[in-house]
Amino acid sequence: MTSIGTGYDLANSIFSPDGRNFQVEYAVKAVENGGTSIGIRCKDGVVLAVEKVVTSKLLKAGANKRIATIDRHLGIVYSGMIPDGRHFIDRARDEARAWRDTFKTPIPTADLASRMGGYMQAYTLYQSVRPFGITAIIGGFDSTSEAPVDGEVGAGPSCGAGGKVPGKTYGGPFLYMVEPSGLYWGYYGAATGKGRQAAKAELEKLDLGGPAGPSLTLEQAVKEAARIIYVSHDDSKDKEFELEMTWISGADGPTKGLHREVPKELREEAERLAKKALEDDEDDEDEEEEKMEE
Amino acid sequence: MDHRPQAWGRPRDDVYGAYDASYLHTNGPKTATQSPIVTGTSVIALKFKDGVVMAADNLASYGSLARFTDVKRLRPFLSTSVVGFGGDVSDMQFLDRHLTELAIDEAYEHDNTSSSSETPATAGQLNAANLHKYLSKLMYRRRNSFDPLWNQILVAGFDSSSTPFLASVDLRGTTFTSPSLASGFGAMLAQPIMRRHAATEEDAAKLTRDEAVAIVRECMKVLFYRDARSLDKYSIAVVTRDGVELSEEEQLEKQSWAFAERIRGYGTQTV
Repeated sequence: MTSIGTGYDLANSIFSPDGRNFQVEYAVKAVENGGTSIGIRCKDGVVLAVEKVVTSKLLKAGANKRIATIDRHLGIVYSGMIPDGRHFIDRARDEARAWRDTFKTPIPTADLASRMGGYMQAYTLYQSVRPFGITAIIGGFDSTSEAPVDGEVGAGPSCGAGGKVPGKTYGGPFLYMVEPSGLYWGYYGAATGKGRQAAKAELEKLDLGGPAGPSLTLEQAVKEAARIIYVSHDDSKDKEFELEMTWISGADGPTKGLHREVPKELREEAERLAKKALEDDEDDEDEEEEKMEE
Repeated sequence: MDHRPQAWGRPRDDVYGAYDASYLHTNGPKTATQSPIVTGTSVIALKFKDGVVMAADNLASYGSLARFTDVKRLRPFLSTSVVGFGGDVSDMQFLDRHLTELAIDEAYEHDNTSSSSETPATAGQLNAANLHKYLSKLMYRRRNSFDPLWNQILVAGFDSSSTPFLASVDLRGTTFTSPSLASGFGAMLAQPIMRRHAATEEDAAKLTRDEAVAIVRECMKVLFYRDARSLDKYSIAVVTRDGVELSEEEQLEKQSWAFAERIRGYGTQTV
């Protein structure tokens, strides 16, 4: 635990003398108790995954989805307080719709992240509200080709909408993470929730950054995401969990630019590989221990 | 000289007499949307054994002027249905945007790729029958507020029991269903041809896809011969259980205007 609030943690809009907002820090604690969520930005898309802790045997398996579609090309996953996340999702959908109403075009991932960051930050400012108890990961694929305007009836000018620099690429996969303070950054790979430390360590081993961009393909990323969720899962804390995964590719990829659930067959294959990788690791550790004993 | 802004750009009263400003302050209801401006002509559609074919030309007319020649009037919905619009093009755009919103709402609730065994029609998604019901309620509501959407709409796809579905709704909210449907001029010119091939549901259920497409293409040709607000470039959509195939760059082929020689009574013929 960080130092005790000593009276400065009773209200949202009050700083402590050393410049901290304790309510926001406590919200981060709420996030750290939630099931792990991760996002991976790869060469040709984005993968979102969440460790959905099974809190009761009376819950239907596969129901109560945790990853939400915002617009066709956007998905959000979050860790922390689920009702807060639900509200965050509702707001994100409103923002995406409002953008379409105004500009007749899908909201770019960066703009959605900016608006949601602003929304989250507003909840750190007022006495009457508390900060969001979630950290959200926003994944999206902005169209790389000239997309038609909503309701467009003709082909439009053959030169396209204009304002584009030749040789520069537009659109592509994007990943952002928004924290309870309202802080948001763009990431190559993002992790939050209780297993974030282990998940981040695994994400850093993947080839996601670099000047040439990520080399990981979407299918590889799905398998890595499943493995990372399994690696970061702590058996001693929660026994049961479900893996939920979604992906977004470009128009020429498997989801045709849409945010979609990873097909059952592929998810099960990824889970099988993840379990196998875990067992192999354990075997290695056992062998090492045996050697040490010798 | 009258320098008030109200008089700017108006003919001088001392030269032309008092300006008739009566049209500036009508106190009736808004009438701007009560007649179509830029319009599309017929949409035609025909059911066959495992789906529906729909076609419409790519023209938007401004009165009798062929104003826009690459207007796409067939709109796929959720890749399971097709909506074809005749009538006012701006109202079509409004409806198209509205349907886009509806399709995004559907994406919140359903995910039709989670299992490959489920077809979209059985996955609980909004199907063509649902969509037609929705549009008919929308059109009827708008006509009751004296602000109709000036369209005749054909909806093609599948109903909840996964059988081919085809129905129309017009600007008054009137609905109609039949094995073949045509809006506008097509109701006079194309409908009899389609009925010759598929008078009943049973007849339509015997048609193959290729036959149905050929009949619809033939109808588009007849419409271009006889309808003065039509174009030889058209779009054709085929809805099957596998999805929607939409081609928007079709060109009428093998036209024969020999019959035109025999037509008398129009224009400036002297004999």
